[in-house]
Amino acid sequence: MYRYDEFDHRLVAERIAQFRRQVRRRLAGEITEDQFKPLRLKNGVYLQLHAYMLRVNVPYGTLSSRQLRKFAHIARTYDRGFGHFTTRQNIQYHWIRLEQVPDILEELASVEITTIQSSGNCVRNITSDQYAGVARDELADPRVYCELLRQYSVLHPEFSYLPRKFKIAVTGSPNDRAAVAVHDIGLRMHRNAAGETGFEVLVGGGLGRTPYIAHTIRDWVAPEDLLAYVESILRIYNIYGRRDNIHKARIKIIVNQLGIDRYRELVEEDFAASKDTPRPELPPDEIDRIAAFFAPPPYEALDDITDELDALAAGDARFARWLRHNVAPHKQPGYAIVNVTLKAPGAVPGDITAEQMDALADLADEYSFGELRVNHRQNLVLPYVRQRDLHTVWSKLDALVLATPNLNLLSDVISCPGLDYCALANARSLPVARDISARFVDVDRLAAIGPVTINVSGCMNACGHHHVGNIGILGVDKRGKEFFQLTLGGSSDRNAALGDRLGPGLAQEEVPDAIEAIVDRYLELREEGERFLDTYRRVGIEPFKEAVYGVAEERAIA
Amino acid sequence: MKQMVIANHLADGFVVFLGPDDRWCRWIGEGRVLEDPAEAEAALATAKRHEADNVVVDPTLIEVTIDEAGLPRPVEIREAIRAFGPTTGAGSGGNAFSDVVGR
Repeated sequence: MYRYDEFDHRLVAERIAQFRRQVRRRLAGEITEDQFKPLRLKNGVYLQLHAYMLRVNVPYGTLSSRQLRKFAHIARTYDRGFGHFTTRQNIQYHWIRLEQVPDILEELASVEITTIQSSGNCVRNITSDQYAGVARDELADPRVYCELLRQYSVLHPEFSYLPRKFKIAVTGSPNDRAAVAVHDIGLRMHRNAAGETGFEVLVGGGLGRTPYIAHTIRDWVAPEDLLAYVESILRIYNIYGRRDNIHKARIKIIVNQLGIDRYRELVEEDFAASKDTPRPELPPDEIDRIAAFFAPPPYEALDDITDELDALAAGDARFARWLRHNVAPHKQPGYAIVNVTLKAPGAVPGDITAEQMDALADLADEYSFGELRVNHRQNLVLPYVRQRDLHTVWSKLDALVLATPNLNLLSDVISCPGLDYCALANARSLPVARDISARFVDVDRLAAIGPVTINVSGCMNACGHHHVGNIGILGVDKRGKEFFQLTLGGSSDRNAALGDRLGPGLAQEEVPDAIEAIVDRYLELREEGERFLDTYRRVGIEPFKEAVYGVAEERAIA
Repeated sequence: MKQMVIANHLADGFVVFLGPDDRWCRWIGEGRVLEDPAEAEAALATAKRHEADNVVVDPTLIEVTIDEAGLPRPVEIREAIRAFGPTTGAGSGGNAFSDVVGR
């Protein structure tokens, strides 16, 4: 992984010293809350319902065991013994004291982690594929470009006061696991007609109250031009983006208002003009320098042991289920990718205790070259596990309640913190997520249902990405009561789509029954080999409407 | 209508209620229940002064009822969650809330 050089260390140290002074001035009453708020947000500090919240960047979701141990230490020392992994590969602490934040930032800096630009109207943590560097279907490791973009965008003077926040995601694989089509900029690596690797650049995607799937602004950008092209997109946004209305300030609004063709013209004009001025070029030796940090670990020369694993699985049904659902193929023979789901029945999605973090850090050291990943589905990954260690790793994860075999199945629910923590939320998303995972506990039934994504958001800001859940759930407030609106057919993968609204909102206790009704109808209708999304795309929303609201009516009469 | 003044303490961010002698209390049971609108406005004015003095952030009047045990309960869900903690309860780290609010 990337290691800080002297400039990184100095920049972070200076930034913390600056924020320490800002906190001191705030506590001494020298600056008001209104003056302080933009300063604390730039350092990832929010004031939520119960306390301050600190959002900590996990750059492109790559984490060392040392960093995870530090997260555990912070949870134990400064919070309440747990942290919450988010849909942007970050970790949040919900019970932080402002007066302790500068000390926490120093602790984080000691393991090369920061909160810089984890909030505010600037380029946020750049997200990526959790299987980067180990996926079989990958063209090149996207983290090299994530890191180059990170270095380029941190404290960039031209882009420190954008009209609104700005999110970039990069995938190096045609099977998009980074949801690039719902980001302000999505970068998709692919080969051009000449066989050279470059990037398809998407722009103007996003969720929130006005969801859009991104448009392709350019089919292919050469790696050496990547920063310059991203800079032109940011510059046009900075000039044309709206600052008069927070709800219309994201790039997606201006892209769709001007039209993608006009936006493209403006960007191409700026990009062409910038050729004659100093601009951020990426010479191959600089790309190689950064790529060296992401070199593969010292793998052993091993063969796949499929037969032995099959034999082990044949004798142990629980291991077999976990192997089938939570383990992904690795590009290196003899190795496997282990997904660690934070979605046990009844658990709060993304929550992890300090003890679990420490234990996982130990597992990473022993079985995964000391490295882990965070994915945008609020789960963790051990990226380099020898196949011959899989049974041992499984039994250790099982003892930590981290081996629920439900990856990408119905109970692997994504949820924002919602009204239980968040000052913006209208409704409680976590209890809904928990009720669903507690209802669907039969792992064989989950496997029979197959892949279904459920995403829950507690308000229209859509941090739970409900628009792109196969089943999306949006919490709303109607005259002081919480209701939940369902959408069907959303997807964030290669064929990204926004969900369609099913009908009137449901009470919290009605949601699990509604999910049950949707699933039952799908099982009746599905044809050989179809996933939920395939069936939905074939039959449309009507059968599901009838299933859910028919059931509700019957119950009302009963 | 019964009301209370709720805010976040500046230094640690924790939820606090305006109590007797204009002190800020962590536990809602120690907060002052304001029955009279004029009294409520006066309490809010005091709280705003404390905001200007950098003791608390964003003081607000909220409506409460009194439950069978004689304890105030915020009418709005959001404020009830602020007073009593996340409703996610056991099974997650969030269940440790009760030791701070004193319930």
